[in-house]
Amino acid sequence: MSFYDYLVDTAPIFLEATWVTLRLTAVALVFAMLLGSVVAAMSMSSVAVLRWIATGFIGLIRGTPLIAQIFVLYFGIAEIITLDKFWAGAIALGIHNAAYIAEIIRSGFQSVPRGLDEASRSLGMSRTKTLRRVRAPLALRAILPVLGSQFIIAVKDSSLVAFIGMQELFLTARNEAASTYEPLTMYLIVSLYYLAIVLVLTFLVGRLEHRLSAHRR
Amino acid sequence: MKNDETPGSADGRQSEPLIEMRDIVKKFGRTVVLDGVDLEVHRGEVVVLIGPSGAGKSTLLRCINGLERINSGTIRFNGQDMSYREKDLNRIRSRIGMVFQSFNLFPHLKVIDNLTMAQVDVLGRSKDEARDRAERLLERVGLPDKAQAYPDSLSGGQQQRVAIARALAMDPEVMLFDEPTSALDPELVGEVLHVMRGLAEDGMTMVAVTHEMRFARRAADRVVLMADHGIAEEGTPEQVLEHPTSERGQAFLAELTDD
Repeated sequence: MSFYDYLVDTAPIFLEATWVTLRLTAVALVFAMLLGSVVAAMSMSSVAVLRWIATGFIGLIRGTPLIAQIFVLYFGIAEIITLDKFWAGAIALGIHNAAYIAEIIRSGFQSVPRGLDEASRSLGMSRTKTLRRVRAPLALRAILPVLGSQFIIAVKDSSLVAFIGMQELFLTARNEAASTYEPLTMYLIVSLYYLAIVLVLTFLVGRLEHRLSAHRR
Repeated sequence: MKNDETPGSADGRQSEPLIEMRDIVKKFGRTVVLDGVDLEVHRGEVVVLIGPSGAGKSTLLRCINGLERINSGTIRFNGQDMSYREKDLNRIRSRIGMVFQSFNLFPHLKVIDNLTMAQVDVLGRSKDEARDRAERLLERVGLPDKAQAYPDSLSGGQQQRVAIARALAMDPEVMLFDEPTSALDPELVGEVLHVMRGLAEDGMTMVAVTHEMRFARRAADRVVLMADHGIAEEGTPEQVLEHPTSERGQAFLAELTDD
């Protein structure tokens, strides 16, 4: 069988696995965005305790491997409540990305020049209105490209959830490699699937960026 | 002075200053920046703050609209004590226009939106009304064709004129200028000063920190020379800039004429 034959033959099973990977990553990233925003807000808070908690969380999560976090959540929490593989993987991936996203959001807000905040306040705009009309839109423009690459990392990192037995893209490739004795072919094929997802994601983020950068053209 | 057209001047209110600052003390950490400063600004008056850098000119200006919080002293605006409650401060700020050294236009908004945002969000004007007002002001600062441009595509002088229009759009009772021409290339200074002189001639109350002595001579009703965290001398441009009586005033003048 040629590479092309394998590609066609395995398409149904890999497409199904792609759907799992996409769902897994999407759920994880929605959760990561919510948690990451909260942590970012805490890290910029005037309340010292909140800042400490945020710094501690970010340090802990960024300082330990994702695979360990997945195992701790799946095997550790399994002692207390039964968490199915999908949710264990999604939550672990979500918490992990939240730490990075929190830092991305914080640095985005801090990149907005103080003078713009003052200009807005000097017009009588309240803190909230200034956040909504000036600081957030400008922070978003700084955040988006970095956030895009974090999303790409998250798609690829989702492959680690294979190690708790979640039948997503990577585990599917492993199983196919074992049953066909064609590891090289199968890992090349699964790489193409990841590449396709990443290319689509890159394109979407690029379009969004383009739309938000009208002022630089 | 040119405030005879001020409404209500007949009932004696002209004696009440628009801005009244008493015994203002401002510190950054342990560094004293303003040490018991008094300043009054009357309606229609153009006051120019001059002095060596580090004298506290910009800080004093920024205290007027609460961008800097004072450590002690009182500030009255229109006879009303500026309590530092956030909500009151927002309302008072909407009546005090401010122009910054670095323009501080909102880069993600077109010129027209820079001018309409606060009119709609703070004053509650309709979009059409705000746009009308914005277009008239762009005309006034000589940039009627730049409404749809983004700030970054404009020269520094144009950006500063837009910033002046943005502040004027709120129909402020006073305009504060914080070194409005210091960040500009020399050939662009004139167009900004021209707009400022026009405002002064129209009777706008103005407080300006500037190094432009020609502006001080031609437009100011009163020049305030600051030195050593306080006011060293004040009076007409003639008095302060030609015949200063204080030691600091004479020293500052000597440095000005030196180069």
